[in-house]
Amino acid sequence: MATAELFRTCPRTGLQYHKSAEALIKWNAVVAVVWLLVGGLLAVLILLTRWQAVHLLGAESFYLLLTAHGLDMLAFWIIFFEIAVLYFCGSTLLRSRLATPRWAWAGFWLMLVGAVLNNVAVFRGDSTVMFTSYVPLPANPMFYLGLILFAVGALIGCFVFLGTLVVARAERTYEGSIPLVVFGALTAAIIAIFTIASGAIILIPTFLWSVGYITTIDPLMYRTIWWGFGHSSQQINVAAHVAVWYAIAAIVFGAKPMSERVSRVAFLLYILFLQLASAHHLLADPGLSTEWKVFNTSYAMYLAVLASMVHGLTVPGSIEVAQRAKGYTKGLFEWIRKAPWSNPSFSGMFLSLLVFGFLGGISGVMMGTEQLNMLIHNTIYVPGHFHATVVGGTTLAFMALTYFLIPTLFRREVIMPGLAKWQPYLFGLGMAVFALALMGAGTLGVPRRSWDITFAGAPLPYEFPGAAWLMLGIMGVSGLVAVIGGAAYILITVGSLLWGKPVEAPGYGPERSVLKMPVATALTGHGHGAGFAAPGTFVFALVFLAAFVLYYFVNWKYLSTVWGLS
Amino acid sequence: MSAILPPSERLWWRQPIDKVEIVWILIAFTWCLIMFFMMPYWHVFGNQNLSSETYRTTPERFAAKAQEMVDKWTVRTETDEKIPVVRPPAGADVYLIARLWAFWPILELEVGKTYRLHLTAMDYQHGFSLQPENINIQVLPGYDHVVTITPNRAGTYAIVCNEFCGIGHHKMVSRLYVK
Repeated sequence: MATAELFRTCPRTGLQYHKSAEALIKWNAVVAVVWLLVGGLLAVLILLTRWQAVHLLGAESFYLLLTAHGLDMLAFWIIFFEIAVLYFCGSTLLRSRLATPRWAWAGFWLMLVGAVLNNVAVFRGDSTVMFTSYVPLPANPMFYLGLILFAVGALIGCFVFLGTLVVARAERTYEGSIPLVVFGALTAAIIAIFTIASGAIILIPTFLWSVGYITTIDPLMYRTIWWGFGHSSQQINVAAHVAVWYAIAAIVFGAKPMSERVSRVAFLLYILFLQLASAHHLLADPGLSTEWKVFNTSYAMYLAVLASMVHGLTVPGSIEVAQRAKGYTKGLFEWIRKAPWSNPSFSGMFLSLLVFGFLGGISGVMMGTEQLNMLIHNTIYVPGHFHATVVGGTTLAFMALTYFLIPTLFRREVIMPGLAKWQPYLFGLGMAVFALALMGAGTLGVPRRSWDITFAGAPLPYEFPGAAWLMLGIMGVSGLVAVIGGAAYILITVGSLLWGKPVEAPGYGPERSVLKMPVATALTGHGHGAGFAAPGTFVFALVFLAAFVLYYFVNWKYLSTVWGLS
Repeated sequence: MSAILPPSERLWWRQPIDKVEIVWILIAFTWCLIMFFMMPYWHVFGNQNLSSETYRTTPERFAAKAQEMVDKWTVRTETDEKIPVVRPPAGADVYLIARLWAFWPILELEVGKTYRLHLTAMDYQHGFSLQPENINIQVLPGYDHVVTITPNRAGTYAIVCNEFCGIGHHKMVSRLYVK
């Protein structure tokens, strides 16, 4: 069978594409971008409604579109793209054929049918239950069925990826151990399997409940298991986008991990502890013991936080080492000043790192602290946090990767390079300010998922302080900037695929090469324990830590002034 | 391109680690430990900890208790809907119902006094968001969550629902007085 497999080698990057895998990577990525477009259009309408001074939509449409926006972005855009990343890492980076392409197509179609069914259910108007679909708020059975089909499809994708790793090992397509980026993708796949299993455990009974076979689903049980799906799916993103960071550092700078051991152990910590962090959604819930809450969010989550702090150092650290080796050694920061800031792959990746770390990371740990959680639970601070992690972090990292993939995978030149240069800044900085504004409004008590903060028509309305209105105004303006950045991304990617100049590349053939281990640079390279290889990055890390410590204790200080609770 | 290539040494886990990484790992780990100890520390020395005291309940049982409280301690009514304003004695068990799309009744508490506030939802999940204090607690149907509260400032507060509960969600707001 292996004799019939066709491969081609990209002349620019030397990457080798398996024909069947290539088609799957392309289609998963294209469908992902279509969902991003749908979710993005919804985002504009939602933004212009929550911007209280504009207040565009009616309440019913607002809640309906918000439900669709959450699902299309958090589930469908991101997971389709992640499946593309998994196939790319498993097949292309390991120079292997993809295991069972037919199963991979079955998974693709299941995901697509599931995502469409779910959207149909939402747009019919009888499934306005938000992304979380908390019981006993009822949705149409098609809503849950769509999600279940999508999840099964994604699960097949994960197993195709694992199968590909087995094939690559058995057919000896590479020497030594799998590359770090593939290791990161493996982490994402393992977390994905846990995630999807949790989703199945809760969504299948909920589906049966919606058609009447089960009479009640306990709301606390639902929340506990659902968050094993809802939050863990965001952990797939973290593992995937950290892998993308390493990949882009390697592609743009030829950067080598500072230490394979440290980076891989950090990924291992994700596998072991990150999912338990989903408990932080339940910190304000009744019925769970304090010990359970503290254990899950601290003992477990902080080891995952530790892993993120390690990646936060080692990714830019590896870039610093690579830049210093090229001669950018002046002072602490020449390596970063002379980085290719006009290359959207680099600027997108670096902004993703900053937004994810400074905004998403710090706010996430604050929210995940048992007592501090009470200060922001279910306020608009929460969407502020996850727009920093999933949009400013994951989505931006995937955008950055796209600029690399268009010429090598789709064999097209990127159109409008001038716009592409600015795109990560518009999107990343717009999203950063947007996230900060939401966090500001949440700190002032503005609820999430609310159509109207004036409470018009309520018998005893409450008036939020003027500062909250100001925050929502800033949210509106910066959100529009981010939307323009997102639109530019879609224009560039779709435009490049349709009208980009074709890249000359040799055709497919049965010849293939083996992925060789790079020649060890002996003790002249870094990572030999002698020096202090990345001093500039270390200074950045200390600035990050200072911001983290300060913000953390400011919140404790505020907490100490509120009503006594015991 | 080496994060996308196999490690350059077969026994990559034997490679020594750079000092910058070791120092950072130690700093980050210490910080994680500090954050860990903050939570138990606050349970011992802090005054703001969410109670985990919870009982199973049903809408009927909870409504009966709330009605009993309203009958005993109502001091006046407010709005056209005649929502009772209840002034319970210090230390009392106080019941607050969250339902589509209102909280019932209105509470009037005293500064510095402690109350056992019972929270439940009658139908869907709701949120208890005390403004402008910004204390936020999840409210679930079937669970009676007992939170011991001690208001420390007089004023007129709002209770906002911050869990999406259907089309009237943004009108679900009530009041709480502290005298």
